[in-house]
Amino acid sequence: MSTTILEKRRRQVATVTDGKAVIDCAKPSLAGSVSQRACVFCGSRVVLYPIVDAVHLVHGPAGCAAYTWDIRGTVSSGPELHRLSFTTDLREKDVIFGGAEKLERALRELIARHTPRAAFVYATCIVGVIGDDVDSVCKKVAAGVGIPVIPVRSEGFRGTKKDGYAAACDALAQLIGTREPESPVPPHSINILGDFNLAGELWILEAYYRRMGVNILARITGDGRVDDIRTAHHAKLNVVQCSGSMTALARHMKETYGVPFKQVSYFGIEDMSAALYDVAAFFGDPSLHEKASELVREEVTRLLPMLAFYRERLNGRKAVIYVGGAFKTISLIKALRLIGIETVVAGSQTGRPEDYEMMAGLCNPGTIIVDDSNPIELAAFARERGADLFIGGVKERPIAFKMGMAFCDHNHERKLPLAGFEGMRNFAEEVYGSVMTPVWRYVRGHAKGGAA
Amino acid sequence: MSDAVTVNPCKVCAPLGACVAFRGVAGCIPLIHGSQGCATYIRRYTISHFREPMDIASSSISEDSTVFGGTAHFSTALDNVIRQYSPAAIGVCTSCLSETIGDDVGLFIREYKAARKGAALPALIHASTPSYKGTHADGFHAAVRAILACAVKEKGTPTARQVTLLPGFVSPADLRHFKELFEDFGLEAVLVPDYAETLDGPSWSASEDRRLPEGGTPFETIASSANSVATLQIGRALQCGGGDWLEETFSVPCRRVGMPIGLRESDAFFDALCELGGCPLPRRHALERGRLLDSYVDGHKYLFGKRAVVYGEEDLVIGIAALLNEIGVNPVLCATGGVGERFREQVREVTGDAQRLFPGELEILSDTDHDTILARAEALKPDIIIGSSKGYKMARKLGVPLVRAGFPIHDRIGGQRLLHVGYCGTQNLFDLICNALMQAKQDNSPIGFMYV
Repeated sequence: MSTTILEKRRRQVATVTDGKAVIDCAKPSLAGSVSQRACVFCGSRVVLYPIVDAVHLVHGPAGCAAYTWDIRGTVSSGPELHRLSFTTDLREKDVIFGGAEKLERALRELIARHTPRAAFVYATCIVGVIGDDVDSVCKKVAAGVGIPVIPVRSEGFRGTKKDGYAAACDALAQLIGTREPESPVPPHSINILGDFNLAGELWILEAYYRRMGVNILARITGDGRVDDIRTAHHAKLNVVQCSGSMTALARHMKETYGVPFKQVSYFGIEDMSAALYDVAAFFGDPSLHEKASELVREEVTRLLPMLAFYRERLNGRKAVIYVGGAFKTISLIKALRLIGIETVVAGSQTGRPEDYEMMAGLCNPGTIIVDDSNPIELAAFARERGADLFIGGVKERPIAFKMGMAFCDHNHERKLPLAGFEGMRNFAEEVYGSVMTPVWRYVRGHAKGGAA
Repeated sequence: MSDAVTVNPCKVCAPLGACVAFRGVAGCIPLIHGSQGCATYIRRYTISHFREPMDIASSSISEDSTVFGGTAHFSTALDNVIRQYSPAAIGVCTSCLSETIGDDVGLFIREYKAARKGAALPALIHASTPSYKGTHADGFHAAVRAILACAVKEKGTPTARQVTLLPGFVSPADLRHFKELFEDFGLEAVLVPDYAETLDGPSWSASEDRRLPEGGTPFETIASSANSVATLQIGRALQCGGGDWLEETFSVPCRRVGMPIGLRESDAFFDALCELGGCPLPRRHALERGRLLDSYVDGHKYLFGKRAVVYGEEDLVIGIAALLNEIGVNPVLCATGGVGERFREQVREVTGDAQRLFPGELEILSDTDHDTILARAEALKPDIIIGSSKGYKMARKLGVPLVRAGFPIHDRIGGQRLLHVGYCGTQNLFDLICNALMQAKQDNSPIGFMYV
């Protein structure tokens, strides 16, 4: 009989008892376990990609650039350079003789053609091995063209996706503080960190903040602009979502520029409201708090009858949540509860011990908590716990569908805004549609064999 | 742009093609010796097309293995894959990283086997697929050769009516059609690879602990390829295919035909079947052929002189060009990201009529990218574009229809079920092309004729 949980992974899986579950995490993926994680390059690319007026040049063979060509739902209100896929497309001769010269030419041509506000150069696996001096090429080109040209140390093998986040934060740190704003910065100014403007989610949040009287200085990185990011040190507060990827940058800005930060989430009513109240509380201006409560009251009043409709119909269903960041899992557990759905398996690719602790605290006894899982485990857990719904990304979708489970895509490829109060409604609708579709009546338990 | 930079690649990397091919061996799981990201990106990319589970293991090479070699990670990966999947075979392919650090995977496999003498191990197949060499199509063919080289060890008594079919990178629907055709001619097909079911299968029952999908050609069946009366190898662009290897090594006669798209290319394929099966064209297929020709006549008024841009894998483009050539459509641009030497000459060979009718108009691009294809298309003003979903933005920009064919199709349902080959597949493509042009004519008319 084949194994479900590999011996070396046993401590990365636990069952909640008394609101607690202790698991191992933040370690490299086990070889051969079919992890759902990607690599360092992926982590960097995911964070920096939404900067829409920069050239993103992938230095390596064409694959890494091709797999990440315009696959995300991240949208721009202006330039769309991020939707193009640039690569030095290294060949055998470049691997032998080095790719630095090609990189320099590629950069110069792309900058001349697109006049970006900055260029990011992503080092892929073999660049680290063949020893191209990416840093000096970037320096040389930057000096000539007068825009920042920033190397991103994203060689795939150099760690996990999380190390890629760190490399992206390093790259962003090189931009921040290099420019002064053109006009005075309003007193209630924040930077938004860790929202990637998937399906225009950032615009929903911006509208909320604007209604409260809060100004957004830099968007890091959804719908991001290089020049705004360069002035980001003038904000009074960094509001950080997707803490796994962006906390490093927030810490850096606190140490270097004294900008404090708050961790928030924009998914579900509770977390969305808390985010607005936290920002209001930070500025200590009663008018902000007043406007925030007015906004929340209005939005929640509008939402509640809809949610009641869904809760009535979805009550008692069970869900598996497996997404990239643990903070998102935590928000989703709460959001699902609003529509009557219990989470029976909760996990993430990159959670930290404190994230899993918080996760376990929210879950009922018997819930499985898992770090860096794989298809075999996820399928087995879902089956054991009798789940009806899976929330994940494209790689998890076929697991759900083959087993006859509803599915909601909560990853970076989604084209439906799921953040904010509006997003909560979309989320409920999306879940409802997939759980209620009549197709399950034909699929579940009706798999017909045939004579071989 | 110059050769220093590729913009919007018209290819992905070699390991992807190898992974698809490995899925065509029964009970085989692919394993990429590379960074964790290679496996994950390739899984995501193939899932978006096939909409099926695509488990690919990774040796998760880390920083230490780039210095000291990846042998430890590699054997851990094999151990864990065997524990979790109990596979009949493991299809190992390499990456740019493992090739550049000089890992000798052949040696690793021999050592792995030697250390486990007497244990029942799965077949261990090894394909060398550095991502800096060729494209996913080359990776596919490399894996087919590797599968044969691993399985076929000796020649026994020839098995009457058994023919090894090497179909090339086609859809699961195409594979199913090939198998039916072989049956109709009373031939026993050894199909390498056969992912008709593994990458396009039915739902599972909810209680089933399924780890690898059913289907695929058993390794032992492939082992008998030296006993086939012939190999039928598809692909005009293909150099050193598995059929060439079988001919050189075991003197199995290799019959080479083009991708059977269009009447003449399909005729050549059916001629081969008639000859190998020792029978005339069955009436069923004669009727298919007749109906196809009849539709050529019915549709020619809508087609003559229409300008088409075609892109994709070399053999698909050659096949579609052959079809366009027969129906009076002017193939103004035939493009591929492939780097093979035969592409240009083969496109010319199948487009003689078009070259006579539209002298000097045929443009052929190999080793190209979508940025170049778009630039040429803007100048060439096509009426229709034929290729993968990667041409959508171009079609949208030019305001002309995109007929989706090949791989990947991730903005429509059913890419895996798209039939391209034989009289039936040609009929399908012909109808799609003709109807797309008819619809464009209808949509672009201010009058809105209901009869066209």
